[in-house]
Amino acid sequence: MSIKDVIVPFSAWRKVFDKPVTIKDPINERPGADRYRGFHKNDLETCIGCGTCEVICENEAIDLVPVEGIETKDGDSGLRPRVDYGRCCWCGLCVDICTTGSLSLTNAYTWVEEDPEKYRFTPGVDEKPWDNEEKGWKKPEPNYEFYNLKRVTMEHLHPEERSDSFIEMVKGYSKEQAEKEADRCVECGICTATCPAHMGIPEYIKAIRNNDLEEGLRILYDTNPLPEICGRICTHKCEAVCTIGHRGEALSIRWLKRYIADQNPSEKYKTILNSEFIEKNGKSIAIIGSGPSGLSAAHYLALMGYEVTIYEKLPHAGGMMRYGIPEYRLPYDQIDKDIDYILSLGVKILYNTTIGKDITLEELGKKYNAVFAGTGLHLGRSTRIEGSDHKNVYQSIELLRKITLGEEIDLAEKMIVIGGGNVAMDITRSIARLQMKKYGKAGVIATSLETEDKMPADREEVVEAREEGAIVDPGWAPQHIEIVDDKIKGLHVAQCHSLFDEEGNFNPQCNLDNLKFFEGTMVVESIGQGMDLSYLSDDIKHELEIDKRGRIKVNEDFQSGLPWLFIGGDIIQGPDVIHGIANGHTAAKGIDTFLFKESK
Amino acid sequence: MSNNILNWKNNRDMFPEADEDGKPIVDLESQKYVKVWQGPNHPGVTGNMSLELTISGDEVMEAKTHVGYLHRGFEKLFERRRYIQCFPTCIRMCVPEPDINEYNLARGTEVLGGIEVPEMANWIRMLVLEMARLQVLLRMVPGQAGTMGLGLAGTWGLYYRELILDRFEELTGGRIYHMFILPGGVRGLLPDGFKDRLEENLVKVEAFMKDVDRLIYTNAVFKKRTKGIGVIPADWVDEYGIMGPVARAAGFERDVRKDYPYLYYDQLDFGYNIAHNSDVFDRFIVRRHDVDTTVDLIRQILNKMPKKGDIKAETPNVLHWKIPKGETIIRCESSRGEYLFYMVADGSIYPRRINLRGPSYTHAVAVLEKLLINANISDVSAIMVSLATCPPEIER
Ligand SMILES: Cc1cc2nc3c(=O)[nH]c(=O)nc-3n(C[C@H](O)[C@H](O)[C@H](O)COP(=O)(O)OP(=O)(O)OC[C@H]3O[C@@H](n4cnc5c(N)ncnc54)[C@H](O)[C@@H]3O)c2cc1C
Ligand code: SF4
Ligand code: SF4
Repeated sequence: MSIKDVIVPFSAWRKVFDKPVTIKDPINERPGADRYRGFHKNDLETCIGCGTCEVICENEAIDLVPVEGIETKDGDSGLRPRVDYGRCCWCGLCVDICTTGSLSLTNAYTWVEEDPEKYRFTPGVDEKPWDNEEKGWKKPEPNYEFYNLKRVTMEHLHPEERSDSFIEMVKGYSKEQAEKEADRCVECGICTATCPAHMGIPEYIKAIRNNDLEEGLRILYDTNPLPEICGRICTHKCEAVCTIGHRGEALSIRWLKRYIADQNPSEKYKTILNSEFIEKNGKSIAIIGSGPSGLSAAHYLALMGYEVTIYEKLPHAGGMMRYGIPEYRLPYDQIDKDIDYILSLGVKILYNTTIGKDITLEELGKKYNAVFAGTGLHLGRSTRIEGSDHKNVYQSIELLRKITLGEEIDLAEKMIVIGGGNVAMDITRSIARLQMKKYGKAGVIATSLETEDKMPADREEVVEAREEGAIVDPGWAPQHIEIVDDKIKGLHVAQCHSLFDEEGNFNPQCNLDNLKFFEGTMVVESIGQGMDLSYLSDDIKHELEIDKRGRIKVNEDFQSGLPWLFIGGDIIQGPDVIHGIANGHTAAKGIDTFLFKESK
Repeated sequence: MSNNILNWKNNRDMFPEADEDGKPIVDLESQKYVKVWQGPNHPGVTGNMSLELTISGDEVMEAKTHVGYLHRGFEKLFERRRYIQCFPTCIRMCVPEPDINEYNLARGTEVLGGIEVPEMANWIRMLVLEMARLQVLLRMVPGQAGTMGLGLAGTWGLYYRELILDRFEELTGGRIYHMFILPGGVRGLLPDGFKDRLEENLVKVEAFMKDVDRLIYTNAVFKKRTKGIGVIPADWVDEYGIMGPVARAAGFERDVRKDYPYLYYDQLDFGYNIAHNSDVFDRFIVRRHDVDTTVDLIRQILNKMPKKGDIKAETPNVLHWKIPKGETIIRCESSRGEYLFYMVADGSIYPRRINLRGPSYTHAVAVLEKLLINANISDVSAIMVSLATCPPEIER
C-alpha cells in the first residue's frame, strides 16, 4: 500500500464532467431492438387456429378462443390464440413454432393498464398500438424449423417398370420412413375436422410414432373400415388442409394410413379389433351395392349385431373401387383384405343379383327391417357430338369394368380419350399400358376442355400419364368425330377459351379459328357418370322426394322419405370413397336409432 | 485442515463451547452471543438466501446458510416438460448468467439425441457465452467494492453491463433472458453491423476497466478491507471442490474451457488467470484479469468465426422428440466456475432427470459457513460476494 493508493481513487471526480448516460425519455428515445421479443401480434387472415402455439407454450399462457367474424371452415378451426400476460415470459417459442408464420412478437415493450384483466388479450382482435409495428421477433430464417417441412419421399415404380404392367406403382413406406414422416405432425386436428369421416388422424399418426400399429388399426376402424383402400386411393382432403402445408409439404396422411393397414396381418384383425364375438340383436338389414358406402354401412351394422346381407349386381364386391379404379393404383388383393374382414363379421353377399331385376326393392323392404342403397354412378355420359354414336366410341366406365373382369377390350394403336378428370386419366393410363403390352408403344391422346392449370385431374396423374407415354393435350373442345368408310379417322377440336358464362353456368366457348385434329381410330368418352335408379318403382318414387336434378332427398341420417330406406354414396353425395364410407357409417347409426325407436 | 472448529487455529476462548463432534453449543441466555440474520432482504446477500450468524461482539462465531426462498423446484419442473419447454425455465436458474443453462441443456439434449450442431451455431454459442461472462464480470468486479460501501464503481459498472445487454437485445431479442441457444443450434445469425457495435462497446469497457483500477485496485480502503480477508487455504480447494476464479485465486489452474475444452475453445488463445493469496483481494484480481481475457476472447471469436453458415441442425419435431435412454454430463465454465448438468433420458418426450451442480453449492454452503467463523461481521458480505454466490444453484 502506498500514498498512490490514497490519492488515485480521487480521480473519480473526473467523471463529474462526463455526459450522463441515462436516457431521459426511454419510451420515445429507446425503441426495442429489431429482434426484440416484445408484445404479440397475429395476422388473423393467415392464422388458421391450429393451436400449435398453445401446445408449445410451457407457461400455458395461450388459449385458443372463438373470435367474432371468423367462421369455422375447412382448414380453419375458427379459433385464434389469446395470450395471458400474467403468464407469458416472452420466450417466443410460440412464434418459432407457428405453423403458418402468422404469429410474431413486436418490439413494443411498454403497456400500462389499470384493469389487470386487459393483459389477457387476443392479438389481432383486440386493437393495440403495436398492431402495425413491423420490428420485433419473427421466426428465424433460413433453415430453422422445429419440425421437418419436407415429406419423406414415397418411392414409386420407375416409368419404365410400370408402363406395361398393372403392378401397384406406389411402394409404401418402411418403418423408418413412416416414423420419420409421422414425426412431422403437430397434432392440430385440422385434418380431422375436414375429413368427411372425421378420422382420428393425429391419433393414428401418433400410434405410428409409438410403433403401436395395433392401436393404429383400432383408431382407423373407429371411422373407416376400408383402410387398405383409402390408404392408397383416398382423395385426401385432409392433406389439402394440413397445417404443415402452409409453409412446407403437407403430411403424407394417406400413405401413413396405408402403412398401418399394411403392417397388420389380416389373421390378427379380429383379435386386434376385438370383434371375435358379436352379440346378435335379431334384426336384419339389406344393403344394395357393395361399394364403399354399402360396405361401410354393413361393417358398422354388423358390429352392432345386425344380420346384414349385401345384394350386388356384379360378380365381385367393391363397386367402383374394383371396377373403376385401375389395379396399378389399387391392387385387388388389398380390396379383398378389407372386404374379407367385413365378411368375417358375418356379413353375407349375394353376387350377380340385381335389385329391380332379380328381386324388387319392395320385396327387400318387406323381408328386412331396413334397407340401405348405395348403388353408385355406373352409367356413362356421352358428349353427343357428331359421330359419338359410332361403335368404336366407348365409355370409360365400361372399359374399366371390362379390364377388371379380365375381358379383352377393343384396342387400337391410336386412341383418343375425351375428359380431363381423374377417371379420364385412369382410362388413358390403362389404355397406354395395354397398348404398350400389345404394340410395344403407347399411342393415346387425352384431351379436355379445361386448360392444363384448370384440369380437374390431380397434377401427379397428368405427370405420370405423360411419363408412361400418353399424350395429354388439354384446352380443346371436341367438335366432331371424323368418320370415313364407317371407320373413325380422328377427332376435330377447337381451342376452348372459357368454360363458364357470367352467371357461372357451364357454357364452354371456343375459338373456331384455332382448330386441331387428333388422329385415332377409337374414341373413349370420360366426361362423368350418371346414376341408374331403375330399381325404384313408381310406387316407391312416389314416396320419395326427388329434386330437379334427379337427386333423392335424405335427412342427416341418410334416411329417405320411406323410413325403412336409407340411401348414401355417390347417388346422394359423392364424389369419392371416403364420402361413401362416411355416409355408410352415418346411415348405420341412423338405422340403429330408427329401429331402436321403432321397437320401443 | 478439518472443518471441526475444535481445531481452529485462533484462540478458542472467545468461541462457544463445543460438543464432542465439534458442534458449537450456543447458549443465547448467557448474553455472550447474538443471532443476526443477514438476508434474505439484505443488499449484501445475492437474494433468495440468508445467513444465520451467531456473533460475539463483532465477530462471527457460527454461520449457517439458509435457502428455501426461491420456491421453484426447477429440476422437478423439468420432469414435466418437453425438452424444448425446459428452456424458458432453465434460464431462471441463473438470472445474471442464464446462457450457461441454455448451453448445457441444449448440449445435453444434443448429445443424448445424437444431433450434430452446425459450425456457425457453435461459434455463435461461444460468443454468447463469453458476452454473458463479460456482462456478469462487469457487475461483479466493480461490485465487489460495493459490498464494503464503495458503491460508486459498482454503479458505473452497471452502465457498461447495459451496453453488452444492448448487444444481447440486438442479437437475441432479450436483455436478460436470452433464450438463444436451443437444441440443434442458435436462434439467429449476427445482425448486420453487430460486430462493429460490439467492438465499440469493448473499447468502452476497456477504458472503464482503467477507471475500476484507479478506483478500486489502487485504493487503500479496498486493499485494507480485502487483503488477508476470507483466506481459503489451498488444501480446501480439492477437499471442498472449489472452482473457477476462487480456485484460481488460490493458485490452482482450473478452467473448464482449458481443462476439458468444449465448443471451439481449444482454437482460442488464452491462459489461466492465477493469484496466490486466496483472499478477497486476490479473487477480485483474478476476476479483473478475467475481464481482459474475456474481451480478448470475444475479439478472437469475432475474427475467427465464419461469415455464413447454418444456425440450426435438423432435429426431430420438438413437440414429440423422444430422447433415447441414456445419461450424460455436460459442463462449461461459468463466471463462477464449473457449471455442470447431469442429464438422464428415459426414452420419453420428457427428461427423466436434469440435475444442476454449480459452484455455489459448495462455495456458499460448506465453504462460506466455515470461512465466516472468526470473520468480522462487516466483512461477511465481502467474503460471500467474493465467492460468487448464486442461490438458485443451491435450491434448484
Ligand atoms: C375410374 C374411377 C376412379 C375413381 N378413383 C377414385 C379415387 O382414386 N379415390 C376416390 O376416393 N374415389 C374414386 N372414385 C370414386 C369412387 O369410386 C366412388 O365415389 C365410390 O366408389 C362411390 O361409392 P358408392 O358406394 O356410392 O358406389 P359404388 O362404388 O359405385 O358401388 C355401387 C355398387 O352398387 C352396385 N349396384 C348398382 N346398382 C345395383 C342394383 N340395382 N342391384 C345390385 N347392385 C347394384 C354396383 O354394381 C356397385 O358394386 C373413382 C371413380 C371412378 C369411376
Ligand atoms: S400456431 Fe400460428 S397458425 Fe396456429 S393457432 Fe397459433 S398463431 Fe395461429
Ligand atoms: S412467448 Fe413464450 S410464454 Fe409467451 S405465449 Fe409465447 S410460448 Fe408462451
